Amino acid sequence: MIGIEHYLVVSSILFTMGVLGIFLNRKNIIIILMAIELILLSVNINLVAFSAFLGDLTGQIFAMFVLTVAAGEAAIGLAILVIYFRGRGTIAVDDASRMKG
Amino acid sequence: MIQLTAFYVFAALLIASAALVIFARNPVHSVLWLIVAFFNAAGLMVLIGAEFIAMLLVIVYVGAVAVLFLFVVMMLDIDFAELRAGFMKNMPLGLLIGVVLVSELVLGFGAWQAGTVQLGQGVTAPIPTDISNTQAIGELLYTKYIFLFEAAGLILLVAMVGAIVLTNRRRGGVRTQNVAAQNARRPQDAVVNKQPEVGKGVSL
Repeated sequence: MIGIEHYLVVSSILFTMGVLGIFLNRKNIIIILMAIELILLSVNINLVAFSAFLGDLTGQIFAMFVLTVAAGEAAIGLAILVIYFRGRGTIAVDDASRMKG
Repeated sequence: MIQLTAFYVFAALLIASAALVIFARNPVHSVLWLIVAFFNAAGLMVLIGAEFIAMLLVIVYVGAVAVLFLFVVMMLDIDFAELRAGFMKNMPLGLLIGVVLVSELVLGFGAWQAGTVQLGQGVTAPIPTDISNTQAIGELLYTKYIFLFEAAGLILLVAMVGAIVLTNRRRGGVRTQNVAAQNARRPQDAVVNKQPEVGKGVSL
């Protein structure tokens, strides 16, 4: 039978994958944004697993809010990426400190 | 038994596609593996009875976020080989940090399982058994969490306005129709009466 431990282990592995993705692809901001999506997905899995195994619906409500924030964050992040690329012609984030104002 | 098999299939595919998201050479492949990861996460959520969140995950993540990623990756002309320069250099330290992180997470979970940490006392909104998951979420979301729901709507509005303001730009040298200028133009501004002599031209 599946227990909450199965879900927690999957979600912690997924979280670690996200952190590793940010660490390994430090220059490619598109992959960094995708890794952030993976981290938020692991948070969602955690919330839904606790909700189901504790018998409390609140976790699923909060998973929806995490989903909302993830969608907004992806939209804003990609918009910033587009204007950054328009001005610089590259998306390497090494010299993103130039991006002021 | 079938539940356990389904869980392991979904979990293995989820972790494998998450690994391929961060290791793929081509970002387009990364986005496609991200879609696979979202589908498998939705499968995991269906397995424990959270159908509404699972469907929301497919609709919002696959339908909107992943397509947005795909659009941006294909729109921008980027040299991705150059961006992977430090990838192998960071690999050993990155894997070390990953191993430390995952073992710490599993350790904390093991401590909780051993009974030293107490969690989950006092259920605030028990899952009803007689109505569907979607109906139960709706009944909770539109009553107890209505203000949070409206705040989430506000976040989406701000994100939409922000994205439009950031990416909108005035282009120079584009000739668009100016209706006000057209309507304000009078005949005496535009038409001149001339009486040219025979054999002479007209200079305007």
